[in-house]
Amino acid sequence: MVQEDTGLGLDDRDLMDGTPPTNPFSVHILRVVAALVIPIATLLGMWVAMNWVQNLENRFVTVIVAIVVGVGGVWLLYWAMDSAVDQLPLRFRESVRPYVFVGPALVLLILYLVYPAFYTFVLSFQDAKGSGFVGLENYAFVFTDERMLRSIRNSIGWIIVVPLVSVVVGLGFALLADRLKRMESAAKALIFLPMAISFVGASIVWKFIYSFRPEGFGEQIGLLNGIMVALGQDPVGWLQQQPWNNLLLMVIMIWMQTGFGMVILSAAIKGVPEDIMEAARIDGATEPQVFWRVIIPSIASTIVVVLTTMTINVLKIFDIVWLSNPETNGTEVIAERMMRWFFRNEHDGRGAAIAVFLFVAILPVMILNIRRFRREEAIR
Amino acid sequence: MTTAVQPTRRARGSQGNVGAEQSLWLIRLVIFVVVILWMIPTVGLLISSFRTPEAINTSGWWTVFANLFDGAQWTFQNYQDVLSSEGFGNAFLNTLAVAVPSTVIPITIAAFAAYAFSWMDFPGRQWLFIAVIALLVVPLQMALIPILKIYSSVGLVGEFLAVWLAHTGFGLPLATYLLRNYIGTLPSSLIESAKIDGADHFTIFWRLVIPLSVPALASFAIFQFLWVFNDFLVSLVFLGGTRDVRVLTLALNDLNGSRGEAWHLLTSAAFVTMALPVAVFFSLQRYFVRGLTAGSVKG
Repeated sequence: MVQEDTGLGLDDRDLMDGTPPTNPFSVHILRVVAALVIPIATLLGMWVAMNWVQNLENRFVTVIVAIVVGVGGVWLLYWAMDSAVDQLPLRFRESVRPYVFVGPALVLLILYLVYPAFYTFVLSFQDAKGSGFVGLENYAFVFTDERMLRSIRNSIGWIIVVPLVSVVVGLGFALLADRLKRMESAAKALIFLPMAISFVGASIVWKFIYSFRPEGFGEQIGLLNGIMVALGQDPVGWLQQQPWNNLLLMVIMIWMQTGFGMVILSAAIKGVPEDIMEAARIDGATEPQVFWRVIIPSIASTIVVVLTTMTINVLKIFDIVWLSNPETNGTEVIAERMMRWFFRNEHDGRGAAIAVFLFVAILPVMILNIRRFRREEAIR
Repeated sequence: MTTAVQPTRRARGSQGNVGAEQSLWLIRLVIFVVVILWMIPTVGLLISSFRTPEAINTSGWWTVFANLFDGAQWTFQNYQDVLSSEGFGNAFLNTLAVAVPSTVIPITIAAFAAYAFSWMDFPGRQWLFIAVIALLVVPLQMALIPILKIYSSVGLVGEFLAVWLAHTGFGLPLATYLLRNYIGTLPSSLIESAKIDGADHFTIFWRLVIPLSVPALASFAIFQFLWVFNDFLVSLVFLGGTRDVRVLTLALNDLNGSRGEAWHLLTSAAFVTMALPVAVFFSLQRYFVRGLTAGSVKG
């Protein structure tokens, strides 16, 4: 039995040669067979089944079969592999079985993350088609191209504005809602709701708010221009006003993310011990003092979590910008540039270089976040 | 970290006097205003989606409050058009065909791996687990280009299977990590005694560990389902926008590109894409928040 350890402290036994004293060579062969042949066979089976079903006339049947094949396929995979292990000679079984359990996960991780990450790194030094090396040309492009530079500037704007505004509004709302007797959870749910909407959906929702019609093309139907007209002003083409249109796109993200910050901060505020706050009040602290000197220090680590998480989300923001005609409106951001070059302009080298740049930008924030998360899980 | 949206309510000390009563009203007012502000975009969209094209194009949606009962401006036709002729009915089905397996497959694979990392003994166990955690830092943008190259060479582009596996690969590090933390803390006496009773690992996993891990499985499942359902990037690259396989987000993007001024279609289409996630969100909010807190490390 494996001992319980939640940390990553290395287990001495793992570092020693753990292979059982039976014929090691045949065991290795069997492991390879168990870990490779059956998953590949299952995959091919799923592929054939899906190929057949995806072209059916009746989409309803397609969907049902797809779900059955996808869900059933993966369950069948493990059952088949486990049954195969049971057919092995008794002395091999228990040393092969763990690889049946972790094998598929490891294979997929290597195929979908490890190998692609290395390949992307290599591609970033190659030309558009990935056929020859061009040295640092793609990185030179990242740091000299006018649109790239603007996308970096815009992304920095996003990183500063969105997390900050979302946390301030979310924290304020959490504090106030905490004072309500009834309706607290209803009010919070309504703020939180946009979190469940897709970025594409949210873009359409807000496109309607920002909608603009030039003079003579009919009544203004966007809310903002409706207000402008009611106030006797001229309507404004909001999403064409550089550079302020960036802020308007950020508002969409703030609208979606504030609920996330609010919910997590609210839980943290409720976790601040009541007797500490009472003690401060008895000692004559005013409510602002209780807030700044007691509540804020107690939830500081949670605020950092929310800020870092939002920073990562914002660095990877893509959909909202992609839908906003970034090249005409000057609203480019890094993740959008990556897709523009790799997917639209089919320049793999530049796309890869931008991806590596994005990875390097995210890395420190991500490491901070994972460290914090591990500490928290360890004391849970 | 605490997880419920609304844990126990506290009795507030000084609410009896007049000043506190006044500030409470002020708080209510502020909250009310913020909630209204937050709701306006969605409400405007919802109202517009039920108005006739003529009504939408000739007056702002806010004008309906002046003549709510003028029947001529209301219609269900937008939804009918969007679901049938614009193909959103099909897109909805496609989205389900993508989202359900893309949720179940990673959870299953991660749960098996988490069980092995917790309760099975094999060489390299700790090292492999560290490697899985390390992969949390890789953003999916780093993987798109090579995977698309592989998919094109084997002809997987445009297949549901391609998207399932991509979502599985991208979701695995977080899922394995979270489930390992949960499954690893189950009481060892329980698993020990099941072994003494003659159960093998497969039986222990399905009969004991999975039922005991439902809270962790559910919160990750909801998080992953909404993530996949709302995903645009992965589907855009690996599934593509051909009309028979495209998912809701792609269909909405197409509609926005081709008929960006057809507001009666855009508004109702946007609502079709939002309906299921919002329903899932409202019914399973508690689990969703748990998943979010944990999901803050997703790469």
